Amino acid sequence: MKYLDEFRNEVQASILAERIKRATKHSWRIMEVCGGQTHTIMQYGLQDLLPAEIELLHGPGCPVCVTGLEVIDKAIAIASSKNVIFCSYGDMLRVPGSRSDLFDVKAAGGDVRIVYSPLDCLKIAAENPSKQVVFFAIGFETTAPANAMAVKQAKRTNLDNFYLLVSHVTVPPVIRGLMDFSDSRVQGFLGPGHVCSVMGWGQYEELSERYKIPIVVTGFEPVDILEGILKVVHQLETGKSFVENQYSRAVTKQGNAAAQAVLDEVFVVCDQHWRGLGLIPKSGYKLSPEYASHDADLVFSTNAEPIRESSICISGDILKGIRKPKDCPAFGRECTPEQPLGATMVSSEGTCAAYFRYGRLEICS
Amino acid sequence: MCLAIPGLVETIFEKDGLRMSKINFAGIRRNACLEYTPEAKPGDYVLVHVGFALSIIDEHEALRALSAISAEEKSAELKFTGENE
Repeated sequence: MKYLDEFRNEVQASILAERIKRATKHSWRIMEVCGGQTHTIMQYGLQDLLPAEIELLHGPGCPVCVTGLEVIDKAIAIASSKNVIFCSYGDMLRVPGSRSDLFDVKAAGGDVRIVYSPLDCLKIAAENPSKQVVFFAIGFETTAPANAMAVKQAKRTNLDNFYLLVSHVTVPPVIRGLMDFSDSRVQGFLGPGHVCSVMGWGQYEELSERYKIPIVVTGFEPVDILEGILKVVHQLETGKSFVENQYSRAVTKQGNAAAQAVLDEVFVVCDQHWRGLGLIPKSGYKLSPEYASHDADLVFSTNAEPIRESSICISGDILKGIRKPKDCPAFGRECTPEQPLGATMVSSEGTCAAYFRYGRLEICS
Repeated sequence: MCLAIPGLVETIFEKDGLRMSKINFAGIRRNACLEYTPEAKPGDYVLVHVGFALSIIDEHEALRALSAISAEEKSAELKFTGENE
């Protein structure tokens, strides 16, 4: 496939790996922000191509993982309601809430549907005027524009039975949170390529300057990741820190102005609870008051119960880059992708799930 | 979740007031919304995420990135040959 195969080329990857080896004189810890990047690193065994001095830390950029347990419980409660068609991306269905997951709701007869795009839900809502159609709107800045357009279109076409259950998260505040954390081990970042295709790489200059840390906005294929690492290493070895754009075929400094305008119209910034990390100020989006009649959080009242996460799970430390899956006594034992205990195992893009799937435990031990 | 796939814009049409396109992903065709990339035209490659084109792939930038690595490959080969002589 054009623009994918070229960036999975083994020869190109080995050239970059060699250049990284030549450029590396000291030990460095580099965090890839996105779960998709973590997945590529594990799938292609990229860590094994790097010199021992380079340690990759796996960041918090898997939105399925970090969506708060109380939001999952709310989704399950709404999906269990009579007269509701609950729509979601497939990867949210098996994320466990406190007592069950959305697959359980479906198995018990609930109308839970997997969709490819939020626009699919508009069609479902139009075809089922007597039902309330709720879409589970989670994700980073990459995904938010699609959800924003869906609810904007619902309002424009008077589709009153369409609702969003919104739990969006944004990247810059969590990078700030990780860097303000006193035990932070991160010395350089591979920035989030697809988030930046919407928001632009210019948004990261303030962070790079403030924390004197290299941020290289990076794509998702093996050649992209290795080139991103090389650029970070070059900066670290020469004592520089600025924002670079490895993913220039898809990302500009300004980003997508049309998408940003719709985000500003539909959403307002809010504090957000991140599973495994806790509350991070101004790190999320919620619907603006103009869209209150489409806001599932306001329209559907559910009984929230106190939530307790597993006491064994160390996913918070994994998301911060302090510990690795091998440090967890439950990894691969009590905690598996089928029975996840915490944030980093619940999605295939989560660090623990990626380690589990690609058998990294033996190599790392 | 932030997975986005490059696809070829084949045809452009309007549906319910939204600018849409038939996109070819290596033979698999799906509709995607072009509201965020209104300047995209047939023949362009766009990056599609959950049914929305988020950016037009800059072919010049893609080729530049790859050729920069290839250039290194050629010089590495020359160096390798030189070391064996």
